[in-house]
Amino acid sequence: MMLLNPAIMALVMVSAVVCLMMLLASGFAVRVLLRWDIDSGSERQLRLERRTYLISTLLIWAFSFQLMSLLLFIYNAESMSGQFVGAMCATGVLNVNAWGWPTLFLKMGVFFSGAVWIALNYLDNQGYDYPLIRYKYLLLLAILPLVITELILQLLYFTNMDPNVITSCCGTLFSAQSEGVAAEVSGLSPSSMSLGFAFTGVMVISSGVWVALRGQNGWLFALLGSTAFIVALMSIVSFISLYIYEHPHHHCPFCILKSGHDYVGYILYVPLFIATALALSVGAVSPWRGISSLTPTIESIVPRLSWIAVMFFALFYLVATWSVWTSHLTMMEVWW
Amino acid sequence: MTIQLTNIKKAYNQGKPNEFWAIQGVSIDFEPNRVSCLKGASGSGKTTLLSMIGCLTRPTSGRILLGDRVISSLPERFLTEVRRHTFGFIFQRFNLIPGLSVLENIMLPAYPLGLPYTQLIASAKRLLKEFNLSAKADNPVEWLSGGEAQRVAICRALINDPQIVIADEPTANLDSKLSYEFMGLIDELQQSGKTILLTSHDSAVYDSVVVDRVVEMRDGIVLTDAG
Amino acid sequence: MLYFLRKQKYLIDYTLSSLLRRKGKSLGLLAVYSMIVFMLASVTLFSHALRHEAGLMLQASPEIILQRMEAGRHAMIPADYLQRIGQLRGVKQKAGRLWGYYYDPAVKANYTIMTGGQSETPLTNIIIGTGIARARGLDVGDYLTLRSQNGEAFSFQISALLDDKSELVSADLLLMSPQAFRRVFNIPEGLYTDLVLSVRNPREVIKVVEKLTQLLPDTRPILRDEVLRTYDSVFSWRQGILFVLLTGSILAFVIFAWDKASGLSAEERREIGILKAVGWETADVMRMKFWEGMIISLTAFLIGYLAAYAHVFYASASLFEPVLKGWAVLYPQFRLTPFVDGLQLATLFFFSVLPYIVATIIPIWRTSIADPDAVMR
Ligand SMILES: Nc1ncnc2c1ncn2[C@@H]1O[C@H](COP(=O)(O)OP(=O)(O)OP(=O)(O)O)[C@@H](O)[C@H]1O
Ligand SMILES: [Mg+2]
Repeated sequence: MMLLNPAIMALVMVSAVVCLMMLLASGFAVRVLLRWDIDSGSERQLRLERRTYLISTLLIWAFSFQLMSLLLFIYNAESMSGQFVGAMCATGVLNVNAWGWPTLFLKMGVFFSGAVWIALNYLDNQGYDYPLIRYKYLLLLAILPLVITELILQLLYFTNMDPNVITSCCGTLFSAQSEGVAAEVSGLSPSSMSLGFAFTGVMVISSGVWVALRGQNGWLFALLGSTAFIVALMSIVSFISLYIYEHPHHHCPFCILKSGHDYVGYILYVPLFIATALALSVGAVSPWRGISSLTPTIESIVPRLSWIAVMFFALFYLVATWSVWTSHLTMMEVWW
Repeated sequence: MTIQLTNIKKAYNQGKPNEFWAIQGVSIDFEPNRVSCLKGASGSGKTTLLSMIGCLTRPTSGRILLGDRVISSLPERFLTEVRRHTFGFIFQRFNLIPGLSVLENIMLPAYPLGLPYTQLIASAKRLLKEFNLSAKADNPVEWLSGGEAQRVAICRALINDPQIVIADEPTANLDSKLSYEFMGLIDELQQSGKTILLTSHDSAVYDSVVVDRVVEMRDGIVLTDAG
Repeated sequence: MLYFLRKQKYLIDYTLSSLLRRKGKSLGLLAVYSMIVFMLASVTLFSHALRHEAGLMLQASPEIILQRMEAGRHAMIPADYLQRIGQLRGVKQKAGRLWGYYYDPAVKANYTIMTGGQSETPLTNIIIGTGIARARGLDVGDYLTLRSQNGEAFSFQISALLDDKSELVSADLLLMSPQAFRRVFNIPEGLYTDLVLSVRNPREVIKVVEKLTQLLPDTRPILRDEVLRTYDSVFSWRQGILFVLLTGSILAFVIFAWDKASGLSAEERREIGILKAVGWETADVMRMKFWEGMIISLTAFLIGYLAAYAHVFYASASLFEPVLKGWAVLYPQFRLTPFVDGLQLATLFFFSVLPYIVATIIPIWRTSIADPDAVMR
C-alpha cells in the first residue's frame, strides 16, 4: 500500500537500478580482475581496458543516484510525517519501524564509500599502468553488499509501514528521559559536548591544513574527519539544534531542515557531508604516493582536496557557531 | 623525436579461427625530420604499421619507443594524450566532418586541449592563410574541391603543431597534378622541421625527390629499406 | 580548472551543433521524451493540487464530528446530546448539523444537501452549486422541484448560485433552510444528522474525544486530522496507481531511448571515428554524449513540465480528471491553485530523466569505444 506512494516508488526504483548497475559493474570488474595483464597487447586486454570506461561510468552514475536518493529519502520522510499519528517530522517517520534508521545510515555509508571509490578511480586513471586497478575493483566488490543490503532494508522499511501504528517523534526519541542511543546523545551534557565539538573542530581543521601543506599523512585527516563528522552529528542533536529551535528540549536533527528555521540545516549538513567525503578521499588517495606513476598526481591533488575539505569544514563550524551565537536561547541555568 | 620499433607484431581476431597476423615482426627506426614512405602490395600491413606508430592502436607484442618514451604498452587514454601532442594525421579519404565549416573542422583536434578560443581561432586562421584557404573559412566542407579538402585535412593535422605527420595514401583521391602539388607541401613541412611518414601505391609519391627513404613491405614484414 | 571548463564548453558547443545537424532525430526524441514528462508531471501536479485543495477545505471544517451509531450504522443524533455533553473544557463551539443526499432521477445524480444557518435561507429559497445549475439548466430566479420522502413535491426558488471558486467541493451542493430540510426528508424536530465541535487548542482534541466517548458511549467521534491523514495517503495512493499504469510507457520510452542511442547511422559512427582519430579520447566522446543527454533531458523536462503546468492549472487537467476524480455527472469545472514542491520535482526526475540516463549508458559507451584506426580503412 505504501509502495504506491510515488516518492517511495521512486526510491525503491532508484535503489533497484543502482543495485543492477553495481551488479553489472561488479560482473565486469571480476572479469577484469581475473584476466588483467597490463603488459599484454592482446585484443582481450584491449577489450578489458575499454570495459573500465563502462565500469567507471556506471559507478559514477550509480553513486550520484545514490546521493540523490539519500536526499529524496529524507525529504520524503519529512513529507510523510502527515500520514502517521505522532509523527511531526522525519524522525517520527523513520521511527515507524525498525528499518528506518538503518536504511538512512546505510545510505550515508554508501555515499561515503562511493566518494572514496570515485577518488581512487580518478587517481588510478592518472597512472599509465593502472596501478590501483585491483584495489579499486576489490573496493567495489566490498561496496556491493552494502548497496544490496540497503535495497533490502529500504524495501522492508517501506513495506512494513503501518499507518495505524503510533510512532514516537523527535520529542520522545531525542529526549534525555528515554532510552537508547538517540536519547543518550541528547542527554549528553551540552557543556562537555560543545567542548568536544570545538576540540574535534580544531583538530580536523589543523590536520587538514597540515596535510594540505605537507601533502602526506592523509590517513590522519581522514580519521579526524570521520571523528569530527560523528561528533558534529552528535553535537547537532545534543546542543546545536536547541539553539536553532530556541527551545531547551527540542533535540531533533531533521526539523532544522524546515523552512521555519531558514533551512539552516542544509547549510550545516551539506558542507559537513562534502568535507567528510573529501577528507576520506584524501585518506584513500595519499598512501599511494610511493607508486611512481601516481606521485605527480598525488602531489597535486592531495593538497587541493585537503584545502577544499578544510574550507567546507570551516564553513560548517562557522555556521554552527553562528547559529549558536545569534540564538535567543540562554541556557545557563540548564547547563551549569 | 626518433621512432624505434623492435620486433613489432600485430594480430587481428586473436584466438579465433580467422586469426590473422597483419604485422609479423618488424624492427625499424625512423630518424627525425625526414620523409619516409612505406610501399607494398595491398594488404601488406602498411596502414597497420602506421596506426601503431601513430598511437591509434597498440601492437600485440614488441616495443615502440617515441623519443625515450615507451608507447607500446600505454593505455588508450595516454596513447591519445601522446597522439594529440605528437602526431598529425592525413587520411586517404579526407575524413572531414560534413555539416561543419572548414574552420570548425580544422579546430576539432584542439577541442580536448581546452585552449582559449581566441588562441584556437588564431592558429586555425594562420594555417588557413598559409594554405590559401582563407576565403573558404566559413564554407561547409561539402563545397570544397578534392584539392581544397586535402589542404583542409593538412591544416587539421597541423593545428596542434605536431612533430610527426602521418599520411596514409594521401594522393589516392587526387589527380597527378594535385599529387605533385601535395608533394610540394610535404617538402615545405619537412623544411619546417617535421618528420613525415607516408604510405603510397603511387609512384608519384615514392619516387618523388622529396622522399628520403622508401621502405617496402610484404605480408607484414619489411622487405627492403632504401635510405 | 580553466582548461577543464573550456573543454566542457567546446564539447557542449560541438554537441549542440551536432544535435542541430540531425534535427529530425533530435526532435523525435525530444517529442517522445517531453510527452513522458508531460504525462507524469500532469498526474503529479494534478493530484498534489487536489490534495492541497482538499487540505485547505478541511482546514475550515470543525475539529471533531460526532456521529451516533446504531447497530454499527450511522443514525440520527438527538439534540439533547448537546446538553448531555455539557460544558467540556477546551470546546469552543458545538452545534447540530443537518445534511444528506438527494437523488435526482432527472439527471441521474446525487445532490449533497446541507442546511444554511437558522435564519439565512428563507423557507422556500435554495442556493445551488454551479454543477447542479449546469446539469438542470437553471439560473437564479428559476424554480427547482424536489420530491419529499412521502411523495409530496416541494418547489424552491433559486436565490443564488454558489461561488464557483470552490466548485471542486460545491458543484453538487444544495443549501436550504433547516425547516425545509426537515420537511423534505421527514425528520422530526430534535434530531440532527451529526454534531460538530470545534476545539480551540489542537493539543486538547484527544482529551475531549476521550471524555466524549465516556459521556456518550453510542457515538463515534471523527477527527479532522485523521481525515486529513486519510486524504494524504489516498491521494498519493491514487497517484501511485496512475504511475504504475504509466510504467508501461516509461518502459517503452526506455527502449526507445536505448534504441536511439545505439542505432547510430553509418555517418554518425564515422564521425565518432574521425573525432577519435584526430585526438579525442574515449572519455571525451563519452562526455560529449553526456552533455547531449543533459541538453535533451533538460529541454524535454522543461517543455513537458511547463506543458503539464498549463494543462493542469489553466486547462483544468481536462485529460486526467475522469481518472482521478471518478466519473460524475455533476462534473466540476474549476481552477486549481498552482502548487509545486521539491519532492514532486525530484520524484518526476527519478521517473523520467533517470530512466533515460540509465538506458543510454551502455549504448553511449559502445559508440565511444569505436576503434580510432577504423577511419584509416
Ligand atoms: N580490423 C581488422 N580485422 C581483421 N583484419 C584486418 C583488420 N584490419 C586490417 N586487417 C588485415 O590486415 C592486413 C593489413 O592491412 P593494412 O590495412 O595494414 O594493409 P595495407 O598495406 O594498408 O593495404 P592497402 O595498401 O590496401 O591500404 C590486411 O590483410 C587486412 O585484411
Ligand atoms: Mg592501407
